Amino acid sequence: MDLNYSAEELAFRDEVRSFLNKDLSQTLSEKVRLGKRLSKTDHKEWHATLNKQGWLANNWPVEHGGTGWNAVYRHIFEEELCLAHAPRTIPFGLSMLAPVLLKFGSPAQKDHFLPRILDGTDWWCQGYSEPQAGSDLASLKTRAVRDGDHYVVNGQKTWTTLGQYADWIFCLVRTDQDVKPQEGISFLLIDMKTPGVTVRPITLIDGGQEVNEVFFEDVRVPVANLVGEENKGWTYAKYLLTHERTNIAGVGFSTAALVHLKEICAKQMSGGKPLLENPYFAGRVAQIEIDLMAMATTNLRMIAKAAAGQAPGAESSMLKIKGTEIRQAINDLTRRAIGRYAMPFVSEAMDSGANVQGVGPEYAAAASPGYFNNRKLSIFGGSNEIQRNIISKAILGL
Amino acid sequence: MDFNHSDERRMLQDTLHRYLSDNYDASQRANSVGHAQGFSEKIWSDFAKLGVIGALFAEEYGGFGGSGFDIAVVFEELGRFACVEPLMASGVMSGQLLGELGTEEQKSLIGDVIDGKLKIVPALEEPQSRYDLDAVETTAKRVEDGYRLNGTKSVVIGGPSADKLIVSARGADGLQLFLIDVDASGVERYSYPNLDGYHASDIALVNVVVPASACLGASEAVLSALEAARAAGVIALCAEAVGAMEAAKDLTVEYLRVRTQFGRALGKFQALQHRMSTVLIEIEQARSALINVAGHLSAEPFQRDKHVSAAKNLIGRVAQLVCEETIQLHGGIGMTEEYALGHYAKRLMMIDHQLGDVDYHLERFVGAMQRESAREAMS
Repeated sequence: MDLNYSAEELAFRDEVRSFLNKDLSQTLSEKVRLGKRLSKTDHKEWHATLNKQGWLANNWPVEHGGTGWNAVYRHIFEEELCLAHAPRTIPFGLSMLAPVLLKFGSPAQKDHFLPRILDGTDWWCQGYSEPQAGSDLASLKTRAVRDGDHYVVNGQKTWTTLGQYADWIFCLVRTDQDVKPQEGISFLLIDMKTPGVTVRPITLIDGGQEVNEVFFEDVRVPVANLVGEENKGWTYAKYLLTHERTNIAGVGFSTAALVHLKEICAKQMSGGKPLLENPYFAGRVAQIEIDLMAMATTNLRMIAKAAAGQAPGAESSMLKIKGTEIRQAINDLTRRAIGRYAMPFVSEAMDSGANVQGVGPEYAAAASPGYFNNRKLSIFGGSNEIQRNIISKAILGL
Repeated sequence: MDFNHSDERRMLQDTLHRYLSDNYDASQRANSVGHAQGFSEKIWSDFAKLGVIGALFAEEYGGFGGSGFDIAVVFEELGRFACVEPLMASGVMSGQLLGELGTEEQKSLIGDVIDGKLKIVPALEEPQSRYDLDAVETTAKRVEDGYRLNGTKSVVIGGPSADKLIVSARGADGLQLFLIDVDASGVERYSYPNLDGYHASDIALVNVVVPASACLGASEAVLSALEAARAAGVIALCAEAVGAMEAAKDLTVEYLRVRTQFGRALGKFQALQHRMSTVLIEIEQARSALINVAGHLSAEPFQRDKHVSAAKNLIGRVAQLVCEETIQLHGGIGMTEEYALGHYAKRLMMIDHQLGDVDYHLERFVGAMQRESAREAMS
């Protein structure tokens, strides 16, 4: 038993810290710290900064321009980025599509698409969910019908995160109607500029437009953009889900959010004293910190297993559930800590670079919207109820 | 970073696990619970022979362990088998106090403790002290050649089987600890079983005269030694709880598989699956909290005690969840004394009443958090 990082790991952590000190601009980290909505430019700049350092594709093998880091290094890196309030990297190309291409893509697809993810030429989004296929993803209906060297795609995707910025979308589409739902699905890469593709942003209850509907009307997609074999898409999609995801617990996000909460508690007054001296409120914060301390170790235990080459499998469901519960609880306390100034809603004040002032302390604007935004955590990526189904089957054997 | 136990520690755990599997079945447990002093002499001497007691002590005292993780592996197994032998009192807390504060002569007693011949039990808490180790009303009055002790110690677990006691008392020199014989004149024990099968005593000290040599250490060192002993004790309790949780979980999962209602196994009902999944997730959290506290037993006191309170709070909460959910998921059978589940459930709840409960440790953790925050504001 040894709960400490090795000397090499600590040296690496220092290296990450000094990089962040030097290359993460304060303007950008302030936006993240205060929960502002980042623009496309903000995201692209940050990807470019990481790419210049060679650290953008931290889960790719070295020969494709990745870092080749093991799970522990990736964890350290992700945690430091969170603590420094760096923007999260956009995962769709980097950690969702790329592993699938690396494992199942053709040489031409790898050669063409992977470098373009790194240099920022292509922004990817994910076309999985449909209006009638949420948790029951295999019931998806978007059809791709073969016509010569093309597929003709018709249907609709939804909850497409940041699809309004995307150049490409990777989609699960139905290529066979007459078999079991899982057996008639293919994995298709679609250029968003193709005629017949329409994107419509969805405004969420926090006022932001983070997700979109994407409509396909007779969209012609070259057969060369099929990944792997036709009707094997479900296998590839599942590979994505079981693919090692070290950050699923979001410990870094929670740690940064807890630091932010405590800063707020030191400034907010209650009965003439800082809120952190109010025993009831302090007790609530303490309980979350206690849960997070244990969660961080649960996470490291799984990471150590992954680094030793054991696939985490259903254990990532445990991390997802507990990790999102903790993050949501911190969001809840942050909203509550602010008191009455958690009510005013000046949506524009949260836009990146907008010259609109919010009402009350600067940290107030995003607190309630952030609380509502992160209700998504227990819904997306397989809802927490789906994760419990997985645990029941795969771990408990029920 | 390495979350695996060393080979020696794994061997210790395997040995104890095998021994208890073979020797600590329901009827053996019933014998220990039913024994007038709440333990089995055979089991106790076997623990000594197997090196289980020695594993709780550092080499300098004749043991071969004594680290947080040594304590953790032993007590996880004791918890898994709902063992009621009072090893925590005698082996962990008294050992810590003797090691930290004892004179050479007092320390030399540890050899007999390791050999299973002697049980030294801490008698620290009092009727009014709740969980505070420094709220001591027992008095130590200086008399010629020694001290005269008067006061009451309450719910002293392991008290009935103790040969010697370590009692805290307050006198002109401040808070002090004394090592006394249970059959010394003026020591009155009223012994009884606890709900979880452990046995305890309320102990009245009526004009107990002890020589000056019975005193442990200097008074200014007492409180910090008591907190160090509490830390070791909490590790033992947390580990025992994790073992008991695992056992309760295993019983429940098995029951969900075999019990059928409405023509299918209970485990096929999603409402029950989801509740069981939550139990599983929270037990993993409890295990992580145990690892955290065990890994900080020899850290500096502020960090150590922060982990002590974090672990005792979290494990107290999870223990209640496991207790209530596993009984509910079983239904009526989970409430019968004949079935083992109730033994785990009762122990899990009573652990919360030892060395500080969920609220006590939350309050202590809040104190640590506020001090940290004030320190950061200054820097």
